[in-house]
Amino acid sequence: MVKTTPFHPRLADLNTTQLWTHWAGHLSATQYDIAAKHEYFGVRNAVGFFDASPLFKFEITGRDAEEFLSGVLARDIRTCRPGRAQYTIWCDDAGYVLEDGVIFRHSANEFLLTAAEPNLSFLQNQIGSMQVSIEDVSDQFAMLAVQGPRSRAVIAELAPEVNELGYFGHTQAKIANSEVTVSRTGFTGDLGFEVRIPSDDALAVLDAVMDAGEPHRMRPFGDQALNLLRIEAGLPLIGVEFTSSRYSYNEHERFTPDELGFGWLLKGIDDDTRPFVGRRAILAERATGSSRWATVGLAVDGHAFEALFYDAGLVPPKDEPPAAWETMLYDDHGERAGYATSYAYSPMMQTQVGLARVRPELAEVGTNIHVEQTVNHVYTTVPATVTKMPFFTPERKTSMT
Amino acid sequence: MSDTHRYDAIVIGGGHNGLVNGAYLTKAGMKTLILEQRHLVGGAAITEELHPGFSFTTFSYALSLIRPEVIRELDLVKHGFNPIYMPTSFAPMENGDYLLLGPDRDENIREIMRHSPRDADAMDRYDHDIGRILQLMYPLFDRVPPDIFGKTAEDAEDVAWLLGHLGSAEPKVVHDAVRLITGSIADFLDDYFESEILKGYLAASSTTGTKVGPMSAGSGLVSLMMAMGEHDGHLGSWSFHKGGNGGFTQLLGRAAEGLGAEIRLESHVDHVVTKDGRAVGVVLQDGTEFHADVVVSALDPRQTFTKLVDPRELPNDLVESIDRFQFNGTSAKVNFALDGVPRYPALGDRTDQYRGFVSVAPSIEYLERAYDAAKYGWYSERPYLDMCLQSFLDPDMAPPGKHVMSCFVQYAPYHLKGSDWDTERNNLGDTVQATIESFFPGFGDLVLHREVVTPLDIERVVGLSEGNIYAGDFLLPQMYFFRPAPGWSQYRTPINGYYQCGSGTHPGGCVMGAPARLASQQILKDRANKV
Repeated sequence: MVKTTPFHPRLADLNTTQLWTHWAGHLSATQYDIAAKHEYFGVRNAVGFFDASPLFKFEITGRDAEEFLSGVLARDIRTCRPGRAQYTIWCDDAGYVLEDGVIFRHSANEFLLTAAEPNLSFLQNQIGSMQVSIEDVSDQFAMLAVQGPRSRAVIAELAPEVNELGYFGHTQAKIANSEVTVSRTGFTGDLGFEVRIPSDDALAVLDAVMDAGEPHRMRPFGDQALNLLRIEAGLPLIGVEFTSSRYSYNEHERFTPDELGFGWLLKGIDDDTRPFVGRRAILAERATGSSRWATVGLAVDGHAFEALFYDAGLVPPKDEPPAAWETMLYDDHGERAGYATSYAYSPMMQTQVGLARVRPELAEVGTNIHVEQTVNHVYTTVPATVTKMPFFTPERKTSMT
Repeated sequence: MSDTHRYDAIVIGGGHNGLVNGAYLTKAGMKTLILEQRHLVGGAAITEELHPGFSFTTFSYALSLIRPEVIRELDLVKHGFNPIYMPTSFAPMENGDYLLLGPDRDENIREIMRHSPRDADAMDRYDHDIGRILQLMYPLFDRVPPDIFGKTAEDAEDVAWLLGHLGSAEPKVVHDAVRLITGSIADFLDDYFESEILKGYLAASSTTGTKVGPMSAGSGLVSLMMAMGEHDGHLGSWSFHKGGNGGFTQLLGRAAEGLGAEIRLESHVDHVVTKDGRAVGVVLQDGTEFHADVVVSALDPRQTFTKLVDPRELPNDLVESIDRFQFNGTSAKVNFALDGVPRYPALGDRTDQYRGFVSVAPSIEYLERAYDAAKYGWYSERPYLDMCLQSFLDPDMAPPGKHVMSCFVQYAPYHLKGSDWDTERNNLGDTVQATIESFFPGFGDLVLHREVVTPLDIERVVGLSEGNIYAGDFLLPQMYFFRPAPGWSQYRTPINGYYQCGSGTHPGGCVMGAPARLASQQILKDRANKV
């Protein structure tokens, strides 16, 4: 039986479409408005809120918590001060990515990790003789993402301390008499905050946030809008961009951090004071140059895309939801270049964009790529170029004003 | 003459077409100066804070027809291009009912069935037929019109292309296009629909900016022009640019300057300087001179041919054509600062109807009666209104919890019989407000500030002759290879080096940038041929 999140009683009323999807065992709104695009623009131009409660949450505490995490997570947790958070990944011993998540450091010995998948036994198996306690607190907290250029104004109305919050910072705050954690994080690539709330207080806090959001035209957004937002932000999604190596059947389904574009998380990997799971394999990969793929952004030549359809007597399809399948890519010689894992029309970029995996020699910005496209039931290609990611990255995302 | 006053090209007018043209010329390597008479660029596409905290799109208020090529070729995304999707259309009715359409076909069918079960499938047929006509027209939109009077091999090729294009289409599509372009929207809609509200809603755009009623021949043409736009692949869908159309023209200015164009504000051009039949520069009203071998007018045809240059330098036929060119401004704006969201009684406390335009056009008869007044030199007692609560989509347009509402008004003819607009300005505002009040009781209590923009104000402030928002009516004899005059539709003028790039040229008005883009191609082609 599917569960509902602590916000559900309110969200059920707000969901005018009554379209729901299942996410991590919970009902999650596909879209609240008949136009998911309207929700998308709400986030980009004002502010929207999203129920992220179904995320798994693990509390990691104890004398050795930092040492434990620095050996499990591929990104160096020692560089994360209390009051800060990190986007991170963890790998298996062969250097393949297991999962990604965000870790919040509350004090020297207190951490909270959010992830899309259950991880408790995996984490506990790594403890060994260290003094670490790990608890799955997923159901104890609801998570409310408030995202968009007006998000700071909305949250600051209730918790003025967020005005001082830098990108990936977090703070304790009191909203509607509830002790909450507010972090400047999110999955939209925009200015945004996430509020972690004790489940029992979830509705009271949501009501307060909605009241504060009303003058700013805040509205809820669902899965559809989030998917488009995160693609524009160049953010990978587990299950779409990659599968966990633990659940892969062969090496085609496994990827290393460098292959997934996570190389930037491995800063300091050469420093051997921090042995973490997968480190030796990743160093070997780098030494031998054995990466099979590079992850890049793709931007389609919009003119060619439109011409392809107009010339065929069709209207160019620009308002489809992101492709739910992999899109094949070719190089200038017609050889397989790789594949796009996410592919969608970006309103901010005004063309189709894709998160793609290409042969490493094709990763340079500006490289020509040909994207498979079906027109009149026949496969053809449309030209695209490798481009920087994120596709959309406004200054407000990280700025203090 | 100092070198600092010497350019490769001078563009007169910093409206959207002037900016687009200047940007293209600069991009092609020409040292270009854009001259704007006001203190800000944008022409009729501006956003102004006319009441503290409230941003008004004083004139032009929506975006749809901007050509995708312009967005791409001028890299507008980099400068912040951000049209906001408007998912709904709301049309209140005089009996208190309404028509509320959205992006979901099936919901729309149910909504239409409330008004007429018979019209439920008519909507799909109508949309599809219009879509087919649009596809036939797009290629004409994006090309310089053929000179059917021209004698060169290139002209013959252009005409052959046109005939080939039309000849390759399905006969039904060509026939539909001709019926729509030459006929009235009322007749065209009668072929599909019976519901008055649906016909009123669909006919409303057929009258926008042009002195025709929905029963007039030619209203179909206007309707087609209004459907030529798109937003994210939705044909005929209109959007609202972040920060209003002023937000759009400001970024256009940044894009032009980013390419290296020079924009000079508060520079009112007095006239174009010519020498031996060719343009050599311009003189400002303050006497400042700028020199260039290419001078481009982004102003309307009356300004371009009879004010900026001496008509005695032009062929008589052209001068006569321009003299006959119909401006007939018939549109006004009333912009409101509101204390809250207007309430529509039948929808209770719902506000989702404001996600898009609100069209006060409950029937074709309502629209035609509104037009009747204009025929006899007066403004409508019950005008057609195209309203939009812009702050509903972009909260930056008004203080939190407050709203701005743009309200396009038709009909308000430039020439009033027995009065003038300085006398009638406020009465027009009252008429409009009373009309809104009749549909949205309590509206008047929300009004914090009101700005009335008559056709005379449009002419005075922006410079558009007779306040015509398209720089010349959308009438068949003024379109395509007749725009603005037979033989002069290819952006050139009889004066060497003097070009036109404004909305008075093909494909016409609205914030589309196509005339300026096509004009730049022509200028660059001539330049290449000369060298």
